[in-house]
Amino acid sequence: MKAVGFDYERPTALDHALELLARDDVSARAVAGAQSLGPMLNLRLAQPDLLVDITHIAELRQIRREDGTLRIGACVTHARLEDGDYDDATRGVLPAVAAGIAYRAVRNRGTIGGSVAHADPAADWIATLTALGADVVVAGPAGRRAVPVSDFVLGVFETDLQPGEIIAEFRVPALSERARWGYYKVCRKAGEFSHATGAVLVDPARGVSRAVIAAASGRPVVVDDPEVIHGNGCRPERIADLLAGTPIGGDAFEVNTHTVALKRAIAQVTA
Amino acid sequence: MTHSKTITLTVNGKAVTAAVEPRTHLADFLRERQLLTGTHLGCEHGVCGACTILIDGEPARSCITLAVACDGHAVTTVEGLDGDPVAADLREAFSTEHGLQCGFCTPGMLVSARDVVLRRPTADDNQIRVEMSGNLCRCTGYVGIVNAIRRVLDARKTAAE
Ligand SMILES: Cc1cc2nc3c(=O)[nH]c(=O)nc-3n(C[C@H](O)[C@H](O)[C@H](O)COP(=O)(O)OP(=O)(O)OC[C@H]3O[C@@H](n4cnc5c(N)ncnc54)[C@H](O)[C@@H]3O)c2cc1C
Ligand code: FES
Ligand code: FES
Repeated sequence: MKAVGFDYERPTALDHALELLARDDVSARAVAGAQSLGPMLNLRLAQPDLLVDITHIAELRQIRREDGTLRIGACVTHARLEDGDYDDATRGVLPAVAAGIAYRAVRNRGTIGGSVAHADPAADWIATLTALGADVVVAGPAGRRAVPVSDFVLGVFETDLQPGEIIAEFRVPALSERARWGYYKVCRKAGEFSHATGAVLVDPARGVSRAVIAAASGRPVVVDDPEVIHGNGCRPERIADLLAGTPIGGDAFEVNTHTVALKRAIAQVTA
Repeated sequence: MTHSKTITLTVNGKAVTAAVEPRTHLADFLRERQLLTGTHLGCEHGVCGACTILIDGEPARSCITLAVACDGHAVTTVEGLDGDPVAADLREAFSTEHGLQCGFCTPGMLVSARDVVLRRPTADDNQIRVEMSGNLCRCTGYVGIVNAIRRVLDARKTAAE
């Protein structure tokens, strides 16, 4: 199928983009890499009146390290994060995760901001940024606000983004020298969306010990129980408890798959 | 009523100015307006890789890239790789190794394979498979495709020694 007709603007200033997105006479929508919105347009799941292309706004494409924080603009592509041409405060986490997203042709255009805004529960950046304890900075008519990614994602394709707002950047805290990272996706084919994702960050110097169960048909589940991460607690009964209330909480096969994903991520940290 | 946009871009090295409807994706623009039918459309949602082309030298899906978004950029299709030395080696290797049967996937395969050869010169067979996993082929079973890329990588390694 082909997309419905819509208008298109490509502002080069953030304020101009926000003005266009604030229009209430049309349904306006931001577009970045179009790697999720493109399929939705072609399938007519999305039928906007106006698309505002935000990829030519220079400040959204920057990556900067500021002391203990890596600031990543919303329109930085997966491929750039994979190639690592920046001062990587995550000690290799971002390039490794980026390399496992879809295929290079998709990574060349798809962006970290688009991925989080789209909020597919299986998206790699949602699991990763939650585990890293990153904040998302949202820009809107009323200015900017910062929200932990773990609070920003509310559910399946659902975020805290308000009408007229866009994601401007992410702030990722630097990992200390002895930090350990584990990440495991259950996929049947390289590059496909994950069926179950486990992510673990253990950074004793900063007092961080955090696991994330993602791709679980809802918002990511954050686990800080040391028994699960360092003890013997990563078992189906415990994971079923943690997934209780999600659509897959009562599904033994799904619970097992998530247990395996998290166990394998934990094994990378404790190995 | 939506408004068409006038865009100026480079297609296979040639400057092109055209009025396009914003909803037109790059593959339809290339096939129907530029008559460059080497770019194939399979799924139109980014999964199969048949429509893979280069934008500013980097592989991209033309089915989920809007033509208007390419204003000011350079697009290269399989037709534009006629004189490209890596693509020439790959075409020969695909033929020798039976890397195609019906040929529907081949334009996208060549664009992605060229990227693998240039970006992953030391790739082993498994890495070739992972890097090429975004291009589906319904005919060959992939063995011939992997062998073709292997052949070009090996030849370039030997030539460099
Ligand atoms: C074949 C295929 C396989 C894929 N596999 C994976 C995978 O394994 N893992 C994975 O994580 N992803 C995968 N993806 C998705 C990919 O990562 C996309 O790049 C990403 O989901 C969307 O980013 P984008 O820049 O293309 O956003 P777009 O498609 O342009 O936009 C997506 C949504 O976000 C909104 N939006 C975009 N940018 C902003 C912003 N800055 N502020 C507010 N709203 C914004 C848009 O309005 C739209 O609603 C896959 C995609 C394809 C086509
Ligand atoms: S037609 Fe573009 S990826 Fe299938
Ligand atoms: S040769 Fe027929 S699809 Fe690949």
